[in-house]
Amino acid sequence: MAYKDEQLVEEKVFKDPVHRYVHVKDRVIWDLIAAPEFQRLRRIKQLGTTNYTFHGAEHSRFNHSLGVYEIVRRIIYNFQGREHWNNDERLLCLCAALLHDLGHGPFSHSFEKVFKLDHEEYTQKIILGETKVHEILEQAEEGFAQKVADVIAKTYQNKLVVSLISSQIDADRMDYLQRDAYFTGVSYGHFDMERILRVMRPIEDQVVIKATGMHAVEDYIMSRYQMYWQVYFHPVTRSAEVILTKILHRAKYLYETKEFEFKLKPTHFISFFTGDVKLDEYLRLDEGIVSYYFQLWQEEDDEILRDLCERFMNRRLFKYVEFNPNLQMAEWMELYRLFSDAGIDPEYYLVVDSSSDLPYDFYRPGEEEERLPIHLLMPNGDLKELSRHSDIVESISGKKRTDHKLYFPKDLLESLPNGKKKARIKEILYGQGELIDANESR
Amino acid sequence: MLTNHAKLMQFFSVANEVTGRKKLQKMIYILQKSKLPFEEKFQFHFYGPYSEELTLRVEELCNLHFINEEKEDKSNYHQYRYSITEDGQSFLDQFAMDMPDLGTKVEMLKGKSSRFLELVATMLYFDDLPLEENIQKVHAVKPKQKYTDDEIQEAISFIAAVSKENS
Repeated sequence: MAYKDEQLVEEKVFKDPVHRYVHVKDRVIWDLIAAPEFQRLRRIKQLGTTNYTFHGAEHSRFNHSLGVYEIVRRIIYNFQGREHWNNDERLLCLCAALLHDLGHGPFSHSFEKVFKLDHEEYTQKIILGETKVHEILEQAEEGFAQKVADVIAKTYQNKLVVSLISSQIDADRMDYLQRDAYFTGVSYGHFDMERILRVMRPIEDQVVIKATGMHAVEDYIMSRYQMYWQVYFHPVTRSAEVILTKILHRAKYLYETKEFEFKLKPTHFISFFTGDVKLDEYLRLDEGIVSYYFQLWQEEDDEILRDLCERFMNRRLFKYVEFNPNLQMAEWMELYRLFSDAGIDPEYYLVVDSSSDLPYDFYRPGEEEERLPIHLLMPNGDLKELSRHSDIVESISGKKRTDHKLYFPKDLLESLPNGKKKARIKEILYGQGELIDANESR
Repeated sequence: MLTNHAKLMQFFSVANEVTGRKKLQKMIYILQKSKLPFEEKFQFHFYGPYSEELTLRVEELCNLHFINEEKEDKSNYHQYRYSITEDGQSFLDQFAMDMPDLGTKVEMLKGKSSRFLELVATMLYFDDLPLEENIQKVHAVKPKQKYTDDEIQEAISFIAAVSKENS
């Protein structure tokens, strides 16, 4: 039997807290899971700094990737024999589902922002480069790695295959919403996935939802909405991320100034600083390595680097106040000057963070041909955009909530000598309402 | 701080008015590909390069009343029209920022249809491929658009013209 079609003698199962079991029968999938590039995902947390807010959120990209694979496996099982579904695409879908996040690095959002990287690009490089994953895919079929890479990049010709992994209601989101809810311990994020899977229908180039399943989809959209605001956009998580980002900026700056000598040379970071990250260097960096550096950089001579690392390692986070750039631009400029005068570098200690700085998205119907919405399949065969049919979805997809916060170290401000400048800083920051202590709020 | 917002404001200030979210997405992507310093992250979606970050940032600018969004009801969908407000202009005036001149490029883009800009953006997305493969890829990912040879030739010339504006 060809390697591509080879089945394990006995089905393997992974116990999973979200889907109960993850089932593996294909030899190719089993081998991919064992590949070092996939095992690396065990060392990268799914939610980055969210564990500073929700201590349970220690789950990894490895857990999530297996979960997405399992959901796609179940969808395909339901699609068997349906018109528009070509079962020759089965293994391709499973591989793409399993490998879709392969290029994520440690705290990837912050790393991407600071070093101008793109994890999707590294997913492509890992799948197409000299790696074990590539070797396995090519052993399955010549050119198969390119197909898997195309599905993940959403440029594969068969859009139905792409939409299983990446659309407004896809296996990726269905897994992370449930998994993140489970590990953070919040009560949002739950919806009837089994029902959604039963009402999914393949049509030509997309997956649609039978109209009778609309309420299950409403629940999914609601859970997505709540998870974004309650978990993903949590201001304490963002405070930790602000500090993490500033550590990376500071370390890069110190490396570039040349005059500064690190006690612990940033060997693993150098290619990130110089902007020429080779694949093997990228794969070498995981969260264990990053934590090791942050731990030891607490002993560096640079006061800012030392302080930021000490804050990150010991969860001594920045405080925040609400900030409206329209009304408070002049105040922000004044604060910037006052911080500088007081010897607190505002580049590192006065940070505006906006909701658009985060990578998560909402359900938006948008306008024609802007992006593909969720379509309901009506009894007469017509397709209707979800928010045109569901009042609940319409009300939240039309709702505009964005958010800007100003982060700063309250303890450093308090340590300043009393005087007019300190009083003015406090007046601007605290005069507008309640100061929120990111170390205490949950 | 808010530098990426300010860059978009600069775009709206120069463009005066933009009609259509899809057109807006493709305009910013093409400007980014022609080396203008927009930092929104784009990925390939059904209708070509698309940036969720851009969508959210524009939404933020609307909520801050820096940009005005007008919604027009079409038969099956809505269409959106964007223009800069007085508040937006005064924010921009306060913001110190180094931004290359956008005027000529924005004018070139504004004069084109969103269907054409989608073609240009898609070709630019695959610009690491040799031309022949690039065209094949465009047909493969957008079979429904049925782009003609003339349109593709026009897109090639347009890309060359926009890039030339850099030099």
